[in-house]
Amino acid sequence: MQTLDAAFSALADPTRRAILSRLALGEATVLELAKPFDMSQPAVSRHLKVLETAGLITRRVEGAKRPCRLASSAIGEIDRWLDMLRQALEQNYNRLDGVLAQMEQEEEGNVK
Amino acid sequence: MSQLTLKTEGDTHVVVTRRFAASPESVYRAHTETALLQKWMTGPDGWSMPVCINETKPGGKIRYEWSDGNGGGFHLTGEYVALEPFSRIVHVERMHLPDPTPDNHIETRFEKDGAGTLMTLRMTLPDAATRTAMLATGMEHGMEASYARMEEVLAA
Repeated sequence: MQTLDAAFSALADPTRRAILSRLALGEATVLELAKPFDMSQPAVSRHLKVLETAGLITRRVEGAKRPCRLASSAIGEIDRWLDMLRQALEQNYNRLDGVLAQMEQEEEGNVK
Repeated sequence: MSQLTLKTEGDTHVVVTRRFAASPESVYRAHTETALLQKWMTGPDGWSMPVCINETKPGGKIRYEWSDGNGGGFHLTGEYVALEPFSRIVHVERMHLPDPTPDNHIETRFEKDGAGTLMTLRMTLPDAATRTAMLATGMEHGMEASYARMEEVLAA
Protein backbone atom coordinates (compact mmCIF):
# COMPACT_ATOMS: atom_id res chain seq x y z
CA MET A 1 0.00 0.00 0.00
CA GLN A 2 3.00 2.37 -0.28
CA THR A 3 1.44 3.74 -3.48
CA LEU A 4 -1.64 4.97 -1.59
CA ASP A 5 -0.26 8.43 -0.78
CA ALA A 6 0.95 8.83 -4.35
CA ALA A 7 -2.44 7.73 -5.68
CA PHE A 8 -4.19 10.14 -3.35
CA SER A 9 -2.21 13.19 -4.50
CA ALA A 10 -2.36 12.07 -8.12
CA LEU A 11 -6.16 12.02 -7.90
CA ALA A 12 -6.35 15.41 -6.15
CA ASP A 13 -5.75 17.20 -9.46
CA PRO A 14 -8.83 17.82 -11.66
CA THR A 15 -6.88 17.49 -14.93
CA ARG A 16 -5.50 14.12 -13.88
CA ARG A 17 -8.99 12.99 -12.88
CA ALA A 18 -10.21 14.05 -16.34
CA ILE A 19 -7.37 12.10 -17.97
CA LEU A 20 -8.33 8.99 -15.95
CA SER A 21 -11.94 9.52 -16.96
CA ARG A 22 -10.89 9.47 -20.60
CA LEU A 23 -8.73 6.37 -20.04
CA ALA A 24 -11.69 4.62 -18.38
CA LEU A 25 -13.13 4.55 -21.92
CA GLY A 26 -10.02 2.89 -23.35
CA GLU A 27 -6.37 3.26 -24.28
CA ALA A 28 -5.12 6.63 -25.57
CA THR A 29 -1.88 8.23 -26.73
CA VAL A 30 -0.40 11.51 -25.44
CA LEU A 31 -1.52 13.19 -28.66
CA GLU A 32 -5.10 11.92 -28.24
CA LEU A 33 -5.15 13.11 -24.63
CA ALA A 34 -3.63 16.54 -25.39
CA LYS A 35 -6.30 17.47 -27.95
CA PRO A 36 -9.52 17.57 -25.84
CA PHE A 37 -7.73 19.09 -22.84
CA ASP A 38 -6.23 21.89 -24.93
CA MET A 39 -2.84 21.25 -23.36
CA SER A 40 0.67 20.95 -24.73
CA GLN A 41 2.07 17.44 -25.09
CA PRO A 42 4.82 18.08 -22.48
CA ALA A 43 2.14 19.22 -19.99
CA VAL A 44 0.10 16.05 -20.60
CA SER A 45 3.26 13.96 -20.34
CA ARG A 46 4.00 15.46 -16.90
CA HIS A 47 0.52 14.50 -15.67
CA LEU A 48 0.92 11.00 -17.12
CA LYS A 49 4.23 10.61 -15.32
CA VAL A 50 2.50 11.40 -11.98
CA LEU A 51 -0.31 8.93 -12.73
CA GLU A 52 2.18 6.26 -13.79
CA THR A 53 4.32 6.71 -10.65
CA ALA A 54 1.16 6.42 -8.54
CA GLY A 55 0.45 3.09 -10.23
CA LEU A 56 -2.86 4.30 -11.66
CA ILE A 57 -1.91 3.90 -15.33
CA THR A 58 0.46 1.74 -17.34
CA ARG A 59 2.12 2.53 -20.69
CA ARG A 60 3.28 0.22 -23.42
CA VAL A 61 5.58 0.82 -26.35
CA GLU A 62 4.10 0.69 -29.83
CA GLY A 63 6.70 1.98 -32.29
CA ALA A 64 7.26 5.64 -31.46
CA LYS A 65 4.02 5.82 -29.48
CA ARG A 66 3.47 4.94 -25.83
CA PRO A 67 -0.28 4.48 -25.37
CA CYS A 68 -1.65 4.68 -21.79
CA ARG A 69 -4.32 2.64 -20.07
CA LEU A 70 -5.81 2.35 -16.58
CA ALA A 71 -3.74 -0.01 -14.42
CA SER A 72 -5.53 -3.16 -13.32
CA SER A 73 -3.93 -2.71 -9.88
CA ALA A 74 -5.79 0.63 -9.56
CA ILE A 75 -9.02 -1.24 -10.24
CA GLY A 76 -8.01 -3.88 -7.67
CA GLU A 77 -7.44 -1.20 -5.04
CA ILE A 78 -10.94 0.11 -5.68
CA ASP A 79 -12.45 -3.35 -5.24
CA ARG A 80 -10.60 -3.70 -1.98
CA TRP A 81 -11.86 -0.32 -0.84
CA LEU A 82 -15.44 -1.29 -1.72
CA ASP A 83 -15.05 -4.15 0.76
CA MET A 84 -13.97 -1.69 3.43
CA LEU A 85 -16.78 0.74 2.67
CA ARG A 86 -19.16 -2.20 2.97
CA GLN A 87 -17.75 -2.96 6.42
CA ALA A 88 -17.98 0.68 7.57
CA LEU A 89 -21.59 0.94 6.35
CA GLU A 90 -22.42 -2.39 7.94
CA GLN A 91 -21.27 -1.03 11.30
CA ASN A 92 -23.50 2.04 10.91
CA TYR A 93 -26.51 -0.02 9.83
CA ASN A 94 -26.06 -2.59 12.59
CA ARG A 95 -26.32 0.29 15.05
CA LEU A 96 -29.37 1.56 13.13
CA ASP A 97 -31.02 -1.84 13.66
CA GLY A 98 -30.77 -1.19 17.41
CA VAL A 99 -32.13 2.36 17.10
CA LEU A 100 -35.08 1.09 15.01
CA ALA A 101 -35.90 -1.70 17.46
CA GLN A 102 -36.06 0.90 20.22
CA MET A 103 -38.24 3.24 18.10
CA GLU A 104 -40.75 0.52 17.28
CA GLN A 105 -40.88 -0.53 20.94
CA GLU A 106 -41.68 3.04 22.01
CA GLU A 107 -44.30 3.24 19.26
CA GLU A 108 -46.01 0.11 20.60
CA GLY A 109 -45.86 1.57 24.10
CA ASN A 110 -47.63 4.72 22.89
CA VAL A 111 -50.37 2.78 21.12
CA LYS A 112 -51.11 0.71 24.23
CA MET B 1 -31.82 -11.11 6.51
CA SER B 2 -30.11 -7.74 6.86
CA GLN B 3 -27.39 -8.49 4.30
CA LEU B 4 -25.87 -5.32 2.87
CA THR B 5 -25.00 -5.20 -0.81
CA LEU B 6 -22.70 -2.64 -2.35
CA LYS B 7 -21.76 -2.51 -6.00
CA THR B 8 -20.68 -0.13 -8.71
CA GLU B 9 -23.07 0.39 -11.61
CA GLY B 10 -22.10 1.85 -14.99
CA ASP B 11 -19.25 4.36 -14.86
CA THR B 12 -20.56 6.77 -12.26
CA HIS B 13 -22.86 5.01 -9.78
CA VAL B 14 -22.43 3.18 -6.49
CA VAL B 15 -25.54 1.32 -5.28
CA VAL B 16 -26.07 0.11 -1.71
CA THR B 17 -29.06 -1.95 -0.51
CA ARG B 18 -29.98 -3.05 3.01
CA ARG B 19 -33.10 -4.51 4.66
CA PHE B 20 -34.37 -3.35 8.06
CA ALA B 21 -36.84 -4.99 10.45
CA ALA B 22 -38.83 -1.77 10.88
CA SER B 23 -41.41 0.27 8.98
CA PRO B 24 -40.38 2.67 6.18
CA GLU B 25 -41.59 5.47 8.48
CA SER B 26 -39.14 4.50 11.24
CA VAL B 27 -36.23 4.05 8.81
CA TYR B 28 -36.98 7.41 7.15
CA ARG B 29 -37.14 9.14 10.54
CA ALA B 30 -33.84 7.56 11.60
CA HIS B 31 -32.30 9.08 8.45
CA THR B 32 -33.72 12.58 8.93
CA GLU B 33 -34.02 13.30 12.68
CA THR B 34 -30.85 14.71 14.20
CA ALA B 35 -31.09 12.96 17.57
CA LEU B 36 -31.59 9.60 15.86
CA LEU B 37 -28.84 10.13 13.26
CA GLN B 38 -26.30 10.85 16.00
CA LYS B 39 -27.05 7.46 17.54
CA TRP B 40 -26.03 5.39 14.56
CA MET B 41 -24.24 7.31 11.79
CA THR B 42 -21.08 7.44 13.89
CA GLY B 43 -18.68 5.65 11.55
CA PRO B 44 -15.94 3.35 12.79
CA ASP B 45 -16.10 1.93 16.33
CA GLY B 46 -15.05 4.51 18.91
CA TRP B 47 -15.94 7.48 16.69
CA SER B 48 -18.79 9.91 17.37
CA MET B 49 -20.71 12.57 15.48
CA PRO B 50 -20.59 15.67 17.71
CA VAL B 51 -22.07 18.02 15.06
CA CYS B 52 -25.18 17.07 13.09
CA ILE B 53 -26.85 19.95 11.26
CA ASN B 54 -29.73 18.65 9.22
CA GLU B 55 -32.30 21.09 7.72
CA THR B 56 -34.88 18.71 6.29
CA LYS B 57 -36.37 20.82 3.50
CA PRO B 58 -35.39 21.29 -0.17
CA GLY B 59 -32.27 23.48 -0.17
CA GLY B 60 -31.73 22.76 3.53
CA LYS B 61 -28.16 22.46 4.75
CA ILE B 62 -26.42 19.30 5.93
CA ARG B 63 -23.26 19.31 8.00
CA TYR B 64 -21.98 16.19 9.77
CA GLU B 65 -18.75 16.23 11.77
CA TRP B 66 -17.07 13.06 12.96
CA SER B 67 -14.48 12.83 15.72
CA ASP B 68 -12.20 10.00 16.84
CA GLY B 69 -12.11 11.51 20.36
CA ASN B 70 -8.37 12.25 20.06
CA GLY B 71 -8.48 15.43 17.99
CA GLY B 72 -8.82 13.56 14.70
CA GLY B 73 -11.83 13.79 12.44
CA PHE B 74 -13.37 14.98 9.21
CA HIS B 75 -16.63 16.53 8.07
CA LEU B 76 -19.19 16.39 5.32
CA THR B 77 -21.42 19.18 3.97
CA GLY B 78 -24.39 19.00 1.64
CA GLU B 79 -27.87 20.17 0.72
CA TYR B 80 -31.23 18.46 0.51
CA VAL B 81 -32.82 18.42 -2.94
CA ALA B 82 -36.11 16.61 -2.23
CA LEU B 83 -37.76 14.88 0.73
CA GLU B 84 -40.80 12.61 0.33
CA PRO B 85 -41.84 11.20 3.71
CA PHE B 86 -41.45 8.23 4.21
CA SER B 87 -40.22 6.92 0.89
CA ARG B 88 -37.47 9.03 -0.67
CA ILE B 89 -34.63 11.44 0.13
CA VAL B 90 -32.49 13.19 -2.49
CA HIS B 91 -29.43 15.10 -1.36
CA VAL B 92 -25.98 16.22 -2.50
CA GLU B 93 -22.92 15.74 -0.29
CA ARG B 94 -19.19 16.25 -0.33
CA MET B 95 -16.45 15.22 2.08
CA HIS B 96 -13.84 17.70 3.30
CA LEU B 97 -10.47 15.97 3.58
CA PRO B 98 -9.88 18.95 4.07
CA ASP B 99 -10.34 19.92 0.38
CA PRO B 100 -13.91 19.27 -0.77
CA THR B 101 -14.44 16.19 -2.92
CA PRO B 102 -16.62 16.56 -6.05
CA ASP B 103 -20.37 16.50 -5.35
CA ASN B 104 -21.93 13.11 -4.74
CA HIS B 105 -25.63 13.10 -5.69
CA ILE B 106 -27.51 10.55 -3.57
CA GLU B 107 -31.03 9.20 -3.84
CA THR B 108 -32.21 7.06 -0.91
CA ARG B 109 -35.43 5.05 -1.28
CA PHE B 110 -37.36 3.22 1.45
CA GLU B 111 -39.82 0.58 0.28
CA LYS B 112 -42.08 -1.64 2.30
CA ASP B 113 -40.71 -5.19 2.16
CA GLY B 114 -42.85 -7.68 4.02
CA ALA B 115 -42.86 -6.61 7.65
CA GLY B 116 -39.76 -4.51 7.10
CA THR B 117 -38.13 -2.03 4.75
CA LEU B 118 -35.80 -2.31 1.78
CA MET B 119 -33.47 0.68 1.51
CA THR B 120 -31.76 1.45 -1.81
CA LEU B 121 -29.08 4.11 -1.77
CA ARG B 122 -27.86 5.21 -5.16
CA MET B 123 -24.82 7.51 -5.45
CA THR B 124 -24.14 9.36 -8.69
CA LEU B 125 -20.74 10.93 -9.27
CA PRO B 126 -20.06 13.51 -12.01
CA ASP B 127 -17.86 11.14 -14.04
CA ALA B 128 -15.93 7.87 -13.92
CA ALA B 129 -12.71 9.49 -12.69
CA THR B 130 -14.51 11.23 -9.85
CA ARG B 131 -15.93 7.92 -8.70
CA THR B 132 -12.43 6.47 -8.87
CA ALA B 133 -11.17 9.44 -6.88
CA MET B 134 -13.97 9.13 -4.32
CA LEU B 135 -13.25 5.47 -3.83
CA ALA B 136 -9.52 6.22 -3.56
CA THR B 137 -9.94 9.03 -1.00
CA GLY B 138 -12.45 7.05 1.03
CA MET B 139 -9.98 4.20 0.98
CA GLU B 140 -7.69 6.19 3.26
CA HIS B 141 -10.34 6.40 5.98
CA GLY B 142 -11.51 2.86 5.40
CA MET B 143 -7.95 1.68 5.84
CA GLU B 144 -7.62 3.63 9.07
CA ALA B 145 -10.73 2.01 10.52
CA SER B 146 -9.56 -1.42 9.43
CA TYR B 147 -6.13 -0.96 10.94
CA ALA B 148 -7.73 0.24 14.18
CA ARG B 149 -9.89 -2.90 14.27
CA MET B 150 -6.90 -5.03 13.42
CA GLU B 151 -5.00 -3.51 16.35
CA GLU B 152 -7.86 -4.44 18.66
CA VAL B 153 -7.80 -7.99 17.41
CA LEU B 154 -4.05 -8.23 17.78
CA ALA B 155 -4.11 -6.74 21.28
CA ALA B 156 -6.77 -9.21 22.45
